[in-house]
This record gives sequence, C-alpha cells and structure tokens, in this order.
Amino acid sequence: MRDLSLHVLDLVQNSLRAGATFVDVLIEAIPRQDQLLLQIGDNGSGMPPELLSQVTDPFVTTRTTRPVGLGLALLRELCEQTGGQLELESEEGTGTRLSAWLGLSHIDRLPVGSMSETFAALLMSDPLIDYRLILRANDRSFELDTRDIRRHLEDVPLDHPDVQTWITTTIAEQQVIVFGGVLHEIIS
Amino acid sequence: MKSLAELDAIRQKARADLTARNEGSRKVVVGMATCGIAAGARPVMNTLVEEIRTRGLNDVAVTMTGCIGVCRLEPIAEVYESDGSKVTYVKLDANKARRIVAEHLVNGSICEDLTIGAAETAAKNA
Repeated sequence: MRDLSLHVLDLVQNSLRAGATFVDVLIEAIPRQDQLLLQIGDNGSGMPPELLSQVTDPFVTTRTTRPVGLGLALLRELCEQTGGQLELESEEGTGTRLSAWLGLSHIDRLPVGSMSETFAALLMSDPLIDYRLILRANDRSFELDTRDIRRHLEDVPLDHPDVQTWITTTIAEQQVIVFGGVLHEIIS
Repeated sequence: MKSLAELDAIRQKARADLTARNEGSRKVVVGMATCGIAAGARPVMNTLVEEIRTRGLNDVAVTMTGCIGVCRLEPIAEVYESDGSKVTYVKLDANKARRIVAEHLVNGSICEDLTIGAAETAAKNA
C-alpha cells in the first residue's frame, strides 16, 4: 500500500463484510508524543477471541477465494516498522475496533494519502452505509458524519453526483487545513 | 470552508432535476480487496464513476467487490450487460478505464486487448 488512505479503503471492507452498517474512522496526529493514530471502528458482527488473536497472521483469512489475507498483516507490519503497534478489540455481536499506532516522524511512516478518494470509492460502492470521519491534530479537528448529511439531504441519496462532489472536496480541503504544518507530506 | 447548509441547496437542485435514474440495468464491478487496492484499483473505480457521470450513462451502476481470485491480474473490473453476460478486464489503470467507458459502455464494442482472455493468451505466448 502506498498510503494510509488505501489501508483505510481496504480495512473498511473487512467491516462491511462483517455486516457493519456504520464505520467510524479517525486519523489523529499527536506531535507531542510523535505518534499518528489511525482508528477504525464498526458495528459489525465482531470476532470470537480465537480468531481475534490470530487475525493479523497472513495465513488466516475468512475469504474463500484464496488462503491468504494480507490486509491486517500489512498494517501491523507498517505499525511495527515505525515503532508503533496494532491493537484490536472485538466483541461478538457488538463490533470491532482497530487502533494502528505509527511513529509520526518515522521515515517509514506512509503519508495519509487522499482520504477524499477513499471516501469517494466507499460512498459510491454502497450509499446505504453510514460513516463518520474525524481528522485531528493538536487543537484542530474536522468531523464529517454521513448521518448528519442525510438529515440535510432528506430523500436525495448519498451517491448523488453533487453530494459526492461536496463530500470529497470538503474532505480534501479539511485534510490540508487540519494536517498542514503537522504532517510533513502536506504542503499548505 | 464548506458548511452543511450547502447541502440544502444541493437537495433542492437535485430534486428539481430528477432525471430518472435507471437503476442497474448494466453494472461495472471493481475488485477492491487488498490485492486490487495495492495494484491501483481506487483510481480505476473513481475514474469509471467520473467518466460514466460525465457521459450521462444513467443505466450503469459502479460497485466494488472483494478478491476476484486472480490477484496477479489486478486491477480487475467486470462489466455485466443487461442480459447477464460478463466481460472481465484486467491490469487496468485510469486511462484504460476511460477507454472501457468510451468504447464498451458507450459504443458497445468490447476492448478485446484489455480482457482476461487477451492477457492469458499473451502469457502463454511469452
């Protein structure tokens, strides 16, 4: 994966396959601790403890098309490479939350990438799923919640072209505002 | 900075031009598992959506799926016609996605050189 937004696109699909109808994504830069936190939570089916304990093993997967699952394994590798770690919490019937801790200034830390492109793909693919995206750095933060957006749209669907454009440009704009001056990859 | 109030204007405009969205008589499915994403499926999907919109193809839905099973040929997209027939395109990028929209979805002529059949023949002859 070239950036964190691609990991998000990949991992959100684990949530969707677990039957989630709401996915919560947080990216927080914590310069004081030199950490970057990526958190994805869902209200999907959750995992039993046996599966949870081995799910970052690349040879453990729920897919049937091939016996290898690299999504979580790649993210764990990335976390550990940058001096961080991947934490997973899950409860059957309630959902799953992953917290990926990365070394903010570590040379191997991937850039955040385009969260707007990731959400464009996700919202287009299934406009019935709800998302909350929070971007945070120091005292700056941005929150987008599709449940609020739906209230304004009433019967207009989330994948209407004008709505999509509004959402993606808003995310792109806010990513620069929130992370400008904090993440070296953002030139603001 | 944008505000949620702008969505109210979008809603009014969207209702005014309710051009009947002809849901799903044709469908494009993009492989978007770890293998597909790492190979560049996101720009393929977003380009397909953009081109389909620009050309006003209201009968084509774009969606994503998991691993299609031939990871070495990703990014992959499958075009399902209204009669249920399917064409599988492999090793895509944004430019090839534009070609598929223009040649296949608009003009109805399959991009033979981008199909899985062409890729496998080429692999055999290599």
